[in-house]
Amino acid sequence: MFDALSDRLDGVFKKLRSRGKLTDKDIDEVARELRVALLEADVNVRVARDFIARVKERASGAEVAKSLSPAQQVIKIVNDELITTLGGTTGKLTMSSKPPTVIMMAGLQGSGKTTASAKLAKLLKSQGRRPLLVGADLQRPAAVEQLRVLGQRIGVPVYSEATDPVQVATGALEEAARLGRDIVIVDTAGRLQIDADLMDELRAVRDAVHPHDTLLVVDAMTGQEAVNVASEFNETVGLTGVVLTKIDGDARGGAALSVKEVVGKPILFAGTGEKLDEFEAFHPDRMASRILGMGDVLTLIEKAEATFDEEEMAKAGDKLRKGQLTLEDFLQQMRQVKKMGPLQNVLGMLPGVPKELKDAEVDEGEIARVEAIICSMTPAERRDPSLINGSRRMRIAQGSGVTTADVNGLLKQFKMVQQMMKGMGKGKMPRLPKELGDLDLSQLQ
Amino acid sequence: MDPVLVLILIFVLGAVLATTGIVLSRRSQRSATPGEVIAPPPPTAAPSLPAQAVVDEVDTEVEPEVEPEVEPVIEAAPNLRDRLGRTRGAFLRSLAAIRGRGTVDDATWEELEETLLLADVGLPTTERLLDRLRERARDERIVDSEALITALRDELVAQLVATGDRTLVLAPDERNVWMFVGVNGVGKTTTIAKVAQREVNDGHAVVLAAADTFRAAAAEQLTHWAEKVGAGIVKGQEGADPGSVVFDAMSSAESRNADLVLVDTAGRLHTKVNLMNELEKLRRIVDRTPGALKEMLLVLDASTGQNGLTQARQFTEAVDVTGVVLTKLDGTAKGGIVLAIEAELGIPVKLVGLGETAADLVEFDPANFVDALLA
Repeated sequence: MFDALSDRLDGVFKKLRSRGKLTDKDIDEVARELRVALLEADVNVRVARDFIARVKERASGAEVAKSLSPAQQVIKIVNDELITTLGGTTGKLTMSSKPPTVIMMAGLQGSGKTTASAKLAKLLKSQGRRPLLVGADLQRPAAVEQLRVLGQRIGVPVYSEATDPVQVATGALEEAARLGRDIVIVDTAGRLQIDADLMDELRAVRDAVHPHDTLLVVDAMTGQEAVNVASEFNETVGLTGVVLTKIDGDARGGAALSVKEVVGKPILFAGTGEKLDEFEAFHPDRMASRILGMGDVLTLIEKAEATFDEEEMAKAGDKLRKGQLTLEDFLQQMRQVKKMGPLQNVLGMLPGVPKELKDAEVDEGEIARVEAIICSMTPAERRDPSLINGSRRMRIAQGSGVTTADVNGLLKQFKMVQQMMKGMGKGKMPRLPKELGDLDLSQLQ
Repeated sequence: MDPVLVLILIFVLGAVLATTGIVLSRRSQRSATPGEVIAPPPPTAAPSLPAQAVVDEVDTEVEPEVEPEVEPVIEAAPNLRDRLGRTRGAFLRSLAAIRGRGTVDDATWEELEETLLLADVGLPTTERLLDRLRERARDERIVDSEALITALRDELVAQLVATGDRTLVLAPDERNVWMFVGVNGVGKTTTIAKVAQREVNDGHAVVLAAADTFRAAAAEQLTHWAEKVGAGIVKGQEGADPGSVVFDAMSSAESRNADLVLVDTAGRLHTKVNLMNELEKLRRIVDRTPGALKEMLLVLDASTGQNGLTQARQFTEAVDVTGVVLTKLDGTAKGGIVLAIEAELGIPVKLVGLGETAADLVEFDPANFVDALLA
């Protein structure tokens, strides 16, 4: 998502890496490239200007640490500033001690409020909450219907009535009390921030339900306009947080930086896909690392933790260290990787993965094919691929519907990886891909 | 994609996961010291941010108790907010300020650049435009700022006019298909409703194809409109193959003798290859009636930033876009990205959405657009 920004910064830093000392000229060059990168990423012109001024000031200031090379120094400064701009720490919802907690969703048309409402409900439900979804979008035809379908899909009740948004919201509070729901999520109609009537209506809904959280839903593809939208909504209803949607596209999401800087409220959640569970807490520090091309290792580990059987992983880890990884283990790993979601997404989170790999379209069918090949082997063959002779090869190829060349290819690759892993088990990082070696394992622990 | 590459990918991932396994097992062994998952970069003299790279809680985001609102420390934020509040107002008058100063100086150029950038024109297009304008200012010895703005306006209008024909193709006495594509939430369904109303009023027999079978209740939304404007509608079950809906719509149009089929497709991010493939398939189904597909319209939200260009490029690559519908231009968003789209891809903006009603969907007028852009 923020790939292009990190590419550009990479370009600047590569130039810096080749130099010994950070001169004023270098700083100017960084500033120039940074400006291009930020504007290309749709960061608001003024926010970008401010951001660059801060980076420049710090870069030319006295904060020169001996332990860092000039390039590292700049990366650190940009990283720090990015984290500051994106929000410092991970924000949290304000939860009321006296239920129900009321969350109001607001935003422009098409920013993804209804979907975000349902996703948020699902997330809260998975954390043991009992949310109630409220369809207060009586503007768009079938918006309430959409919410009902989504609610049904995630097993969360939906409340609405064909009156007016304020009444719906008030009625929803009674309904929540009746059903014993502890969180009420109010989905409001999309509106332009300059539409005075609709903004008044939004204020009326707010005054009727006194939301503990008022979240602005912002499309990650939004351009310069994000600043106007955010500040107007903030002035009218008082925001407590932001939800950034559609970050699974390739928009660089500079809107995130702008909005945060302008309203000073944290970005709480990010929508990462079309499915209802593709919604996660927004982590500014991780996002900054990602912008800098350091990958999103934390999200990956979290995902792995949620998906993986820990014992299995520990076992695989042990085997890996001893260099005993077999095709059987590999098959298991592959299946677990698949559980984590599309390979493409997982890959995007890895640090230092070469751009060609990240951009490469991963055909999930290929993975299925590899799986089929391994499944067509006998357990003995999986443990010891050297058993596989010509006729066994033929059998495997026939069993999995591929050619013997494909089988050969897989075996060859596997052997290479086995060797790589042996090295890794001894504490060395694999050579392939090269940049992956830059990630110090000790950082992960 | 190269199968070998896939293999390598899987192996790399396998390696990483096995590593994760090691990490996890070690982490659980040392569960007494959770917390630092990624070590911060080597310490420096700089007082680093407290929260930097130290994640102490990874499992819950939602606290059961009342939390004092987490307000990350940004000293500059309120200031900037105020300043933005002021400058936003000031911005609307920024060109007036340029005019007021009378003569062209460096600040004039900076303000012009900012005006264009704030309109989402994008840096490359802005620089190109201003370079041309500089040349012209030199050649024509423009020193008066009013004249400079007029020259910029002329440049912009001329560029837009050069893109070419903006009329929607609707051949008499044959079946015409207009297909609407775009990312999620740009207003495809609403646009179709408006177009349908317009064409029904013009005496055409219109069939709507609700080929957005993905978004919950998308078909209901379109049905509502079809009934309202008096168009036929063909829809499938939610989750049904959109191809079958398009197919049915084509035969329905034939039996009803409708001359215009409007195809609503599910919003899709241009990065999702499988969904883009699906779009190609939909197009192929329409193409079974040779020549029927007259317009492939990309619907674009005016508030879209630089990503709009990538969207246009990807959708064109997949289904050969013939025009852009720029929606939600009634806000303060200027939709400047279409300048880049027209310049780089030569795809004309054909319609503009200026509000909620059908009457608010109008033909794109370069001069009006530029005036609004520079307002």
